Amino acid sequence: MILEFNSAREILLVRIKGEMDMATAGQIRQSIDNRLQQEKIRYLLLDLSGVTFIDSSGIGVILGRYRNLNRTGGKAAIIKPQVVVKRVLETAGLQKLIPICDNEGECLRLLTGANH
Amino acid sequence: MTLHNRMKLEFLGLPENVSFSRVVVATFASQLGFTLDDLEEIKVATSEAVSNAIIHGYQNQPGGVIRLESCLGNDWLEIKIEDDGVGIANIEQAMQPAYTTCSERMGLGFSFMQSFMDEVKVESAVNRGTRIILRKLVKVNNAHSMTEH
Repeated sequence: MILEFNSAREILLVRIKGEMDMATAGQIRQSIDNRLQQEKIRYLLLDLSGVTFIDSSGIGVILGRYRNLNRTGGKAAIIKPQVVVKRVLETAGLQKLIPICDNEGECLRLLTGANH
Repeated sequence: MTLHNRMKLEFLGLPENVSFSRVVVATFASQLGFTLDDLEEIKVATSEAVSNAIIHGYQNQPGGVIRLESCLGNDWLEIKIEDDGVGIANIEQAMQPAYTTCSERMGLGFSFMQSFMDEVKVESAVNRGTRIILRKLVKVNNAHSMTEH
């Protein structure tokens, strides 16, 4: 599992590559939380295009980060999950809480209302 | 309900074995006419049942043994996942959507098993362990009988 971070102007983009299950959930959770604590982040973009498998442990990581951000007025969005991953996200009803977008620009427009 | 193939695995309840077990089960299941979507669903359900044994059955303590058995019939798959952990006091409550004892897992485990499999059965005794039985049928238009091979 590989995590890549990019941040600028209250926006944190996290690219996750690999599988999101109970074996990787702890590391993903800790790494994202560290960045959220170190920097003043309002918008969290999770690029799942490189995620090949997700189960409830992985979804728990996404929902947990969303809830923490939401408490402080922040927002989260998911970018381009693979079809198999998107089906699992939708089965969990995640799209009702967190928008799922095709690209980074669309996500930012949705979250911030500005053109990026 | 003729049995055509069967396999058994025994492994330690470690997080790294969750991925291993779901890949083994999906590979075994691929002998039937399941679609790729079906196989992904089987992987998620297996992952949930094995994670449940590690997180709830063995309370994340290493050393517990998980037994997995899978059978293939003409058009059906059965997966049994057993642990010798703490067991579930109230199975009905545990299977409620969003019921959880772990805030980060959101109580989706049994919901996913129920969404992705045709039948989910849970047998448990406190301090003795839990057995989860998952069954999935091959959809009629995908079925290619084992006897036709």
